[in-house]
Formats: sequence, structure tokens, C-alpha cells
Amino acid sequence: MTITLNEAIELITLEADMLDHGEFREWLKLYTEDGLYAVPIDPDAKVEDLEKILNYAYDNAEMREKRVERLLGGRSISAAPPARTVRLLSRYRMLETGTGSCTLRCAQFLTELRQGRERYYAANVTFRLKKMEERFCIDQKIVRLLTSTEALTAVSYIL
Amino acid sequence: MQDLLDPRSLVSADYADGSIYSNPALYDMEMDRIFMHNWIWVAHRSDLPEPGNFITTFVGPHPVIVSRDRKGDVHVLLNRCRHRGATVCEHKSGKGASFVCPYHGWAYGLDGALRGVPHQEGYSGQLDKAEYPLVSLRVEEYNGLIFATFDQSIMSLDAWLGRAKPWIDLFMKQGAGWPVKTMGEHRFTFPGNWKIQLENTTDAYHFPIVHKSFLDAVDEETQNTFDFVGGEGFVEDLGHGHSVMVMIPDLVDLEDNLDAPVPDRFLELAEELSKDYPPEKVRQIVRAVGGTGFNLNLFPNLACSMAFFRVLRPLSVNETEIRHIAIGMDGGPECANEARLRLHELFQGPMGFGTPDDAEAWDRVQRGSLAGRDIAILLNRGLGHEAKREDGNLFSDVSAETGMRAAYRQWLAAMTDEAAAAEIGV
Ligand code: FES
Ligand SMILES: [Fe+2]
Repeated sequence: MTITLNEAIELITLEADMLDHGEFREWLKLYTEDGLYAVPIDPDAKVEDLEKILNYAYDNAEMREKRVERLLGGRSISAAPPARTVRLLSRYRMLETGTGSCTLRCAQFLTELRQGRERYYAANVTFRLKKMEERFCIDQKIVRLLTSTEALTAVSYIL
Repeated sequence: MQDLLDPRSLVSADYADGSIYSNPALYDMEMDRIFMHNWIWVAHRSDLPEPGNFITTFVGPHPVIVSRDRKGDVHVLLNRCRHRGATVCEHKSGKGASFVCPYHGWAYGLDGALRGVPHQEGYSGQLDKAEYPLVSLRVEEYNGLIFATFDQSIMSLDAWLGRAKPWIDLFMKQGAGWPVKTMGEHRFTFPGNWKIQLENTTDAYHFPIVHKSFLDAVDEETQNTFDFVGGEGFVEDLGHGHSVMVMIPDLVDLEDNLDAPVPDRFLELAEELSKDYPPEKVRQIVRAVGGTGFNLNLFPNLACSMAFFRVLRPLSVNETEIRHIAIGMDGGPECANEARLRLHELFQGPMGFGTPDDAEAWDRVQRGSLAGRDIAILLNRGLGHEAKREDGNLFSDVSAETGMRAAYRQWLAAMTDEAAAAEIGV
């Protein structure tokens, strides 16, 4: 069973919508158990090498959960309340499809509003999706910020 | 000519005027008197491991190239072509034999010497290449830390670091027997004055308040380790604006207490290391991975902060760039270096569980300090029980503002007397 482009887009659009609307606990369930959420610094680093280098985020399930608790816990001054975000996904391209899994790349443009300041982040996002029993899951989400090697500002939310 | 602004009217022993974060004239004065007349940290030795390596960075607002020439000597060169001023290098780092200006092709060696001028005959013999090297700054190094200054007359780096040197040596024990190397960095800006950040690395008082969400994310043992306000730690003035804040006294010397049990959070790592190293070495590596228990503030732009380098760069009176540089063991076990990287990511950087909350607090200071006129920023915490050690160092409890007072004392000396930096400690 291959995953069609439409099925893939449906899943990652759902993810984007959940993140923009603060449904973080539900968001956790979109990932496979050993799934990876990463925001690399080095634009050229391969996914399999990220473990050996410094990233902005390199989250396994445990770290994703902690990130969500931090956003919802109300104990972080930069995330109480978290920044509001609107993200648009577009320019989808299926890079690879196999039995029960696929790799898709798309563009993400995110606008952040916090304390009256608007900020923008453009990124190339690569997803690896997997079919798990009855549903599709995110097995990898790699957010490659256009400005990853520039000085950023605090990002107290999930890209 | 008389200065319109007298810094003495803005900073005293235990308070500062709120305008020190937002006065543009004061900022211009700082860029000259502080950033051109003190030793400014520019690189770690491992950023330039081999001849031909270079990085680009800044000394205050001035773009510079830090290069290692063929003989292995380090140079800090203004990134400015002597012809008409273009930058000669725009790479963050690299390796090469020369810097060629992209505008008219003047070529400079790694030591800054002007080597080639296209169509030199157009100068009719009036251009002596020896007179136009890239402008070079004074450079000195201590235990891998490379500093530069525009000022040829200030004291040696060795004298400047003075009583901070033993703390640098302790900090470098994080190599666990290997040399320390840099392993990438988080770079971010916040909309506030650089001195707000300068104060922060000697501010233990904020930790349990600002970093609640970080403490929520770690195990109980780690929470207890970080419960240092009111504990046995201390802040000590090391002279020349430098200070050390010891938060976790047990982790001052990473080669001590090697028979102490391995903390739970490092058990897995210790097990993996045990495959390749004897128990004693495993404990040394594990202790090194956790980082030191102190922040060493080196005036004005570097902090050796527990397990990483914090470097600040003023961008304008109300904007500052901060780099959190990860460090590790050069040649040490990969799993240990990876553990360090994950710990760095957990707290530091724009997506860490610590830094964004710090940045929020600094942002608030910048905005709040604009309210009203003639209202003091207090720097007097811990003054009542501040005492003097035998060597003359002032010290107080861990959450005291002794380190900030030390920094502002040096700030004032540099700001009020151009020769002060040379005279202090002589
Ligand atoms: S400005 Fe550099 S060669 Fe002319
Ligand atoms: Fe902090």
C-alpha cells in the first residue's frame, strides 16, 4: 500500500492546524513512537547525521512530550501564553514512495505574533510518513529554516 | 573638550541609572572606550585547528578575520580592504592561503600582508605594498581562549585575566583529559542592551524563577542540584570586571570526587562508556559531560558558563546578539560529546527550555527601564554580608550581585579614564 500525495497532504495539514491552534497533546499522537522532530542548524546535514551535531531541536518522543508540557504548563514566561502562529504549507513534492511509507517535501511560511511583534520564518520541511495499522503517522519531521545559520530570536513554540 | 555625558553620574557602587540601557550617546562611548580599549574574546583555539584556517567575527562593531598563518601564528585582522574599504572575506569560516578583495582584486596573505595588486603599474611606483597590510589587532591567548584588542598600550592578557586564570583552567577540565573543542553554536538576538546580558551570567537569583519550566523538565536529582539559591555557593569578584559565580560547589573541580556515584541521568551513558574505558575514566568523562558548577564572567564579552561559552555582541543600544557555543572533548568518545549536545539543546538556544525565558526577562528589563526618569536599577543584593578573602577578592552569597558590581566598577574605570585600563592593577 503506497501513500498518495493527497493522503500525505491531509496529514501534514492536520498537523499544521493543530500546532496553530494549540492542540499540542493531540499533536503528540500524530508521531510514531520512535519518530523524530528536528530543527537543524546546518543546512547541508543529512538526517542521519543530525544526532552527531548541534541542532535547535532534536526531539524524540520524550523531548516532544516535555516541549508540549512546557508550552501548556504556564510556568515559562516566554510561553505564557505561547506565541500565536499561522503557518501555510505549499509547494508539495513527493520525493519517495514505498510500501506503507513516503517522504514528502514542502514549503512552510509561518507568521508569529507575540507581545505586539510579528516575526516570520520560512522553511523547507521534509516529512517521512508511515502507515501504522489503520492510520498514517509522522515518522520524521525535519524543519530546515531558511535562516538557520543566522541569528534567530526566541522560538517558544513548535515550528 | 568636555564630554556632555558623565558616566560617573549614572553608575555608583550599588545602583545604576535606568538610562544606561538606552542612552545612544553612552552606547557610542562604550563602543570606543570599552570595546576598543579592553581585551575582547574573538575565538577558541579549536576554531582554527590548522594553518590556513580562518573565521570571521567582530570586535565590538568592527568586522574582523581571525586567521592562523602557515607558521601557526594567529592574527586578528580588520575585514576591510586597504584600497577602498570593501570586506575581503564574507565566509563564516574556511581554509585558504589568501584573502582576495572582490572589488579590484587586491590580495592579502593570512598574516594580512598585501601580496598582490592588479595592474600595479597604474600607481607609477607610488604604492608600496608594505604600507598597506590589513590592519592588525594585538592578539594574545590563554588556555585556548583567543583575545584581541585595538589598544597597544593596555596590560598583557595574562595580567588582565589575573585571578580569573585558575577558573579558566578549572573550566577547561570539561575536556576530561582531551583538549576542549567548540561544537557549533546557537546564535540569537534580543531587543535589549548588552549590559542586561552581561549581568545575567552572574545572576543566580533569577534561576529558580525564570527557569521553572526547565526545572520541570529534568529529574528530581537534577532539580536538587540546581536548587542553589540559599545554598553553599558564592559569587566572587576576581578583579578587572571579572567574576565567578559558584552555583554547585561540588562541581568546581571536575577531577575531584571521582568516586561519587554517577547521577541517574548519566547511568546509560556511563554504561556505554564502560565498554571502552576503565571505571575511573568513565566517571571523569561523565562528570565532564555534566559541565562545571560555575559561571566565569570575563569582562566585557565572554562567559565560561557551566558547560558552554556565552559570547555577547552589542548591535545597537537596544539590540544584542548572543552566541551559546557548545563545547566538547576533542578526540573524546562520540557518545559523550553527543550527550553534551543534547544537554546544550535542552537549555540553550532559541528553541531551548531555558534561553527563551531568559530572553523574555531581558526584553522586559529593556522595556520596563524606559519608564520614568531617575529611577535606580538596584545592584546591592548581598552587599550587607559581602566580605574580603585573604587575597583581597570580595565575595558574597551565590545570589549576591557582587559580580555585577565588579563589572560596573570596571565599566566605570574604562568609561571615565581612557588610560584606566592600563593603570588598573599596575
Ligand atoms: S576595494 Fe578592495 S581592491 Fe578595491
Ligand atoms: Fe537564565
